[in-house]
Order: sequence, then C-alpha cells, then structure tokens
Amino acid sequence: MMDAVILSRIQFAANISFHIIFPTISIGLAWFLVYIREQADRQTDGVWDTAYRYWVKVFALTFAFGVVSGVTMSFQFGTNWPGFMKTVGSVAGPLLAYEVLSAFFLEATFLGIMLFGQSKVSPAIYRLAVWLVAGGTTLSLFWILVLNSWMHTPVGFEIVEGKVIATDWFAIIFNPSMPYRTLHMLLASAATASFFIMGISSFRWLNGQRSEDVVKTLRLASLVAAIVMPLQILAGDMHGLNTHEYQPAKLAAMEGIWHTERGVPMLAFAIPDEANELNHYEIKIPRLASLIVTHSLDGEIRGLDEFPNAHPPVFPVFWGFRVMVGAGMLMLALSWLTFWLMRVKHTFPVWLMRILVPATFIGWLPTLAGWYTTEIGRQPFLVTGVLRTADAMGQVGSSTLFSSLTAYIVLYAVLLAVYITTVFHMARSGAKMSEHEPTFIPQTSAG
Amino acid sequence: MDFLTRDVLVLTFAALMGVAIMAYVILDGYDLGVGVLMSQAKGHDRDQMIHSIAPFWDANETWLVLGTGILLVAFPAAHGMILNATYVAVLIMLIGLILRGVSFELRVKAPSHLAEFWNHVFVFGSATAGLAQGFMLGHFVVAFRDDYASLLFAALVAPCVLSAYTLMGASWLILKTEGDLQRRAARWGRGVLWLTALGIMLVSLATPAVSPRIFARWFSLDRIIIMSPIPIVVAGAVIWLSRWFSQFDGKDHDHRSWIPFTLTIGLFLLSGLGLGYSTFPYVVIDQMTIWDAAASTDTLKMILLGVVIVLPPIILYSAFSYRIFSGKSTHLTEA
Repeated sequence: MMDAVILSRIQFAANISFHIIFPTISIGLAWFLVYIREQADRQTDGVWDTAYRYWVKVFALTFAFGVVSGVTMSFQFGTNWPGFMKTVGSVAGPLLAYEVLSAFFLEATFLGIMLFGQSKVSPAIYRLAVWLVAGGTTLSLFWILVLNSWMHTPVGFEIVEGKVIATDWFAIIFNPSMPYRTLHMLLASAATASFFIMGISSFRWLNGQRSEDVVKTLRLASLVAAIVMPLQILAGDMHGLNTHEYQPAKLAAMEGIWHTERGVPMLAFAIPDEANELNHYEIKIPRLASLIVTHSLDGEIRGLDEFPNAHPPVFPVFWGFRVMVGAGMLMLALSWLTFWLMRVKHTFPVWLMRILVPATFIGWLPTLAGWYTTEIGRQPFLVTGVLRTADAMGQVGSSTLFSSLTAYIVLYAVLLAVYITTVFHMARSGAKMSEHEPTFIPQTSAG
Repeated sequence: MDFLTRDVLVLTFAALMGVAIMAYVILDGYDLGVGVLMSQAKGHDRDQMIHSIAPFWDANETWLVLGTGILLVAFPAAHGMILNATYVAVLIMLIGLILRGVSFELRVKAPSHLAEFWNHVFVFGSATAGLAQGFMLGHFVVAFRDDYASLLFAALVAPCVLSAYTLMGASWLILKTEGDLQRRAARWGRGVLWLTALGIMLVSLATPAVSPRIFARWFSLDRIIIMSPIPIVVAGAVIWLSRWFSQFDGKDHDHRSWIPFTLTIGLFLLSGLGLGYSTFPYVVIDQMTIWDAAASTDTLKMILLGVVIVLPPIILYSAFSYRIFSGKSTHLTEA
C-alpha cells in the first residue's frame, strides 16, 4: 500500500483536476454568452439569438459538471489536509468564505434565471442575469487564485506559536504572484473556451449545419483565440519572471538547472535524473533560459543545489512545463492560421475543420500541465516556506484513502467520457437544440 | 467594535451555521425529495416535477457548501473531526450529489435512448445523497461512536431522513403543480409522513439516552414545562399534515396548497431547534464544544465582515429569484 501522503495528494489532484477542466471552459464561455446575448438583443435577424440558445445549453451542461465536482472540493480540504486549516486557517478561512459568499450564491441563483427565466423577466433583467453569472464565475476564480497564489508567495502574516496570523489583508490579497497567476488563468479560460467553441462549431459545419449562427460563432471564437494566445504567452513570461524572483527552486526544476550558473541554456529536451543530480540526453539552446527568465543573455539562475531537501521533484515539473509551453505554441499557430483563413481570406476549408475538431479540448492540456507544474513545483511545501505538505496530512488511513480514491477515479473517468460524448451529441443535433427542447415547451417570447 | 467579544463571535457563527444547515435541509430537502419521487412518475409528470425544481437546485446546494464552509473556516477543529468520522458517508453522499447533478442535465441532453437511464441515475443519486445525510445525522446523534448499536441506529435514521426529504418534496409539488400530479403528491406525502415522524422520535429519544447531560437538560421539572411546547407542536403538525393529505382533493383546495409546505418547514425548524437545544454548546456531542473548535477571534471578525456585507444581498436576490418563479411551474420554458 502506498503511503497516505502520496494517496492524499493523488486523491486531491484527481478531484481538483477533474473539477478545473469544467470552470476553465465555463468561465470563458460565460463571457462569450454575455457578448452573444448583447448582440442578440440588438439585432433583429435572430442569428445571434439562435447561437445563444444553442450555447447556453452547452454552458448549462458544463456548469453542472463544475458545480458537482466543486462541492466535493469543499469537503476535501478538511478530510485530506486538516493541518492546512490548523496552521494557515486565519488566511485561508476568510478567503474561502469570501468565495462562497460573494461568488457561489450569485452564480447559482442567476444561473436559474439565465436558464429558465427568459420568458419571465424583461430582456434587460435577463441580460443582467447573464452578466452576473459571468461575473460570479470570474469572482470565484479571483478568490480561489488569491488563496492559491498566497500559498505560493505568502506575505502579510506573522507566525505565533506555530500558527499563521494574518496581519495585512491588502498584502495577502495582492500577494506577489496573484496578479500574474489570475491573469494567466483568465486567459487560459478564454483560450480553452475559444478552442472549445471552434471545435464544436467545426464539427457542426462538417455535419452540414452551415447556418449563419454557426459561422458567426466560429468566426467570433477564432478572433478571440487569435488575440488571446499571444497575450497568454506574454502573461506566462511575466509569471515566469515572478517565479524566478519568489520561487527559485521551482524555476530551477522547470528549467532542469542543477547548479547555479550564468548564461544558462534552455533545454528543449532532457531526462532529469534526480538520483545523480544531472540530465541525460540534453538538447540545448545556448543562453536562452537566461534570456527568457532574466531578460539578459548572461543572467544568473539559481540551481537546485541551493535548495537541499527543499526543492520539488524535477522530472514532473520539468516536463509539465514543456507540455504546457508546447501545447500553448501549437494553439498559437492554430489560432493564427484559423484567423488568417477565416477572417482575412474568408474561406472555410474542410481540412482546417478536421484539425479544429480534435482540438476541441486542447485547452485542457496546457491548463492541467501548467497547474501540475506550479503545484508540484511548490513541493515539498503546501505553503511555501511555512507549511510542509506532509505536516498537513489527515488521519484517514491508507486503505480507506485507497478505496475512496478508486471510487473517485472510476466515477470521474466515466463522467468525463459522458461529458465529451454528450457535447458532441448536442453538436450533432445542434439545430434542433437551438430550436426546442424535446421535453420542454418551445420558447415563444423573443425575450 | 468592542461588543464583538470572542463569546459573541463564536455564538454568532454557531447561529450562522445552524441557519445554513437548516436552509440546506429545507431547500435541498425539497429538491432531493422531488428527485426520489420521480421514481413514482412517468413522462410528462416527470418533466413537470423537474420544472418545479430546475431553477433552484443549484442555489439550494450552495447552502451545503456554505454550511461546510462555515464549519471549515470558523470551527476548523470540528471540521476535521466530523469529516474524518463520517468519511465514508460523506464519500457516498458526494457521489450521490455528483450523479444527481449531472443527470439533471443529461436526462435531456444525452442521446434520447439514454434518457430513461439518466432518469434512473437521478433518482438513485437523490436517494443516495439523502440516505447518506440521514446516516450522518444518526451518527452525529450518537456522538460518532463506532459500536454496532450506534451504527445500527445511524442506519435506522437514514431512511427516516430520506422520508423527511420526500415529505418536503411532496409538499413542494403540492405547492407548485396542479391536477392529477398534485393529488398524487398528496398521497406520496401521506405515505412518507409516518416514517418521518418515526425519525423525529428516534432522534429525540436517542439524544437524551446517549448523554446524561442532554437528559438533564430536557427532563428536569422546570425544563419540561418550558420545553414541552416543542414536542407538542411537532405532534400537532404531524396530525394536521396527515389530515390535510387525506382530505386533499385537488382543485377546490388549491388555494390552500401552501399549507403542507409551510407545515413541513415548521416540522424541520422545530426538529432543528430541539436538536440544537440538546447539543449546545457541543459541536461533537459531549466531546468538542464550539469554543474548543472555533478559529481565532481575528479570523472570525474577518469572516463576519464578509457575511455582514454579502448575506443581505444573497437573501434579497434569492427572494427575487423565488418571486420570478413563483406560482405553478407548469409552464416553465428553458432558454
């Protein structure tokens, strides 16, 4: 039986990974819906309204998956990591409470109006509900990233009798990595949602649904993706500088740097060898790591040797980072190609659609790889320099954890397959979806 | 803010947690109950039942997150202890809530040959979540003891709580529907009323049996007189509900269709009040008080600030949402 710390971490990682893929789509999608609803209310041809009625259903499905997996999270903080609240509860408690109070009720209540209230309220109130749902999802992202960023770069506290006491809430909320991490995640959501919309719309196009609403939504998403992707790479670069400054051990693991040096090469490929503290099969690009991380050709980067017993496992961080960057570059290329063909050349080649369909969920790849990089990169700490992960463990036994972990993983694997097949099933019956729901009474008012 | 002493803060958060838990069991209670009752209905009736809860279920479930959240952030020591003691029941409850939440969407969005399957999953998830919560209540009442008698007791409470939720669901349907479905809801309500009453009795008798302290609190001479209205009113409400369900014949009585829902809320509130009176100031009976479990004074102040700012708008816009969807839910349309 594996030890309980590892099982606890795997269980938490499984839950949070399964959870985050849904908000990553739904936050971006909520803002697309704000735009589409605004357009629908301004124009009389009904094209955007048709698009809205289709996408709001996809949103409802995605949101439901996010809600139920999110409820699970609120229980796991206490069961898996009781030491977390015990030690840093004075910071984490209020931040989590603010998320529930300011965001969860807002999004959940107005979602009811958004999904079922269109014929019961005025168009202005209805638009307000759509705005508030989008605002609620974003507020939720904000608070949880404040807490997560604080765990990476903790400030604004003192330690009294082994416990963290909050002293400066402004510093805690605007902690050093918060602005970069929040921006990075918001853009990740926008990019993921854009590719999601492009993929599904392409699928509909290939299935012969070539009405104007499909084309318009596809073009809209291609525009957003083409703008967001370069911004995301810029935000990632800024976040990297921040990591260099505040979490040098993580950065050394990301770049596979074992000893402090100047003019560090970037490793395009390597197999980090933790036991011998070196890399095998290196493919180097001279000085590029220094240039990227310090913005100077012979800038110094601290190596892993400066952090004995306090640096993260190198292999997953090194490769997590490369998967994220690789997938991001691929998304940049694909988004600009799509933009060029669809919005400049005004062509919709079938071969491009056949690439966009399998890329429907591509945003999940860099998002998850990025989160694994940053979270594993924080190890062995749960809160950098303050609390070690092992010290936050609960008393749940290995065998109980093993059973619950198995149950969660089986459930999540099934639900993920169900989600993806349902999304494509909805795409196949797309036009029908935006006209009327088989079991619901058709929409009559223009709302 | 000198009046915010530690005592005031801890009591405030204990009260808030009580409010959140009661709001959860009443609100998610009716939609879990409707979920269970879906097993008794077909086709059009099912859609009507779903319509009656569709705009609300997500917000209703948020009260669970708030209740757990307050336990986690305001009483962190108790959160760890309670959730470790109920680990398996919580796991089962969460799986039930997950299955239920996704099948809500999938029953209309998945391929139509699977609609029936997701309807079953919806019923199964609702029932599982209700049973698991009932087991947790039973286990809480016996102070999380792990001997067979205690676990058996918890297992007995489980179906009673599910019945109570089903009663809530049936009363909700009487309020929100009409015609044949409404009449059937009255029969369902009568069917689960007695198991609900049994549950209330089981918990009421077990708490003093488990703890001499609780026994003394209820059964000293002066207390009996002060507290006796609670069981008497509960018994009265049960009898009233029973008569109401039997005599209900649809149309002519529809203007009074709010009565069972109100009475059931009353039952839930009084039961909650009684349980709270028994356990106070303990959060784990006779083991951990709210004072032992509470977070630091500064933390509580910081959270209270958020509560004071945000709770009034939450109540306002929740009321707004219920007003929008007030009346019979027969003609609900999806965007």
